Amino acid sequence: MTQDMVHRTQGDGEVAMAGQTTRGRPVYRPWTDICETENGVVIAVDMPGVGTDDVDITLEKRVLTIRGRRQARQPEGYRLAYAEYREGDYERVFSLSDEIDEAGIKAAVVSGVLMLELPKVEPAKPKRIEVKAA
Amino acid sequence: MLLYPTSAFARDPFFRDPFAALRRLHDEIDRGFAPLTTGSAPGHAPAGFPAVNMWQGEHSIALTAELPGFKAEDIDISVKDDTLTISGQRSSPEVGEKAVWHLRERPFGRFARSIGLPFRVDAEKVNARFVNGVLEIELSRPEEDRPRRIEVKSA
Repeated sequence: MTQDMVHRTQGDGEVAMAGQTTRGRPVYRPWTDICETENGVVIAVDMPGVGTDDVDITLEKRVLTIRGRRQARQPEGYRLAYAEYREGDYERVFSLSDEIDEAGIKAAVVSGVLMLELPKVEPAKPKRIEVKAA
Repeated sequence: MLLYPTSAFARDPFFRDPFAALRRLHDEIDRGFAPLTTGSAPGHAPAGFPAVNMWQGEHSIALTAELPGFKAEDIDISVKDDTLTISGQRSSPEVGEKAVWHLRERPFGRFARSIGLPFRVDAEKVNARFVNGVLEIELSRPEEDRPRRIEVKSA
């Protein structure tokens, strides 16, 4: 079930430029860890510069989309002299399997990392159907 | 994607380029460990870890670095003359024995990066903040090193 639990639906490009962005800044496909335990799946997404209020998570037809909007930060009284990274937004899409309990998904942002907990649904009990004699 | 300052002074042979030291960033000593240095930050040319941006103020300089998932207490900053060293570690997430990794892209491990600054800084006047996984360091030039304005008297 490994790849079926949660798998990526996005291409492998480093920058996910899905169409023209209206904010005029890059949209990154953030580095992600996905780990499955007995009880569920944990997803950790690196989104430096993103706080709790800057994350938008949508779930539609088992497609989980996460977006992080980074607040532009410029130290006051300073101008940029040298840059190795550029601030941008983050976006990544995952598709969930039927085993995930959609209602029980929890999310938190800690130190620029989005942590998602996706619990598994209780295993369905096999139903025995009796065949009655005519 | 290196944004070099286009200084008007650079064209003047009599004026020492004040930003030459910024370019020394390229010659910085990188001692990053393998797990943290494999792969570059999204969309950037490979540099040391972490990627840093440098900001210039009047008598000070500010550095910002992306360190998501680090704890403030796990980051060490030291300053000696015109060299800033940032080091730290991000530990591997703890999971149970039965856990299965489906995707592991986030780097973890130890890193250390030394960065040459454009001037000597006052080690007593260093401010650092860590907000949403972004480290901000503000360093000031010592009072005695600052350029002095000399008045020209008319005869």
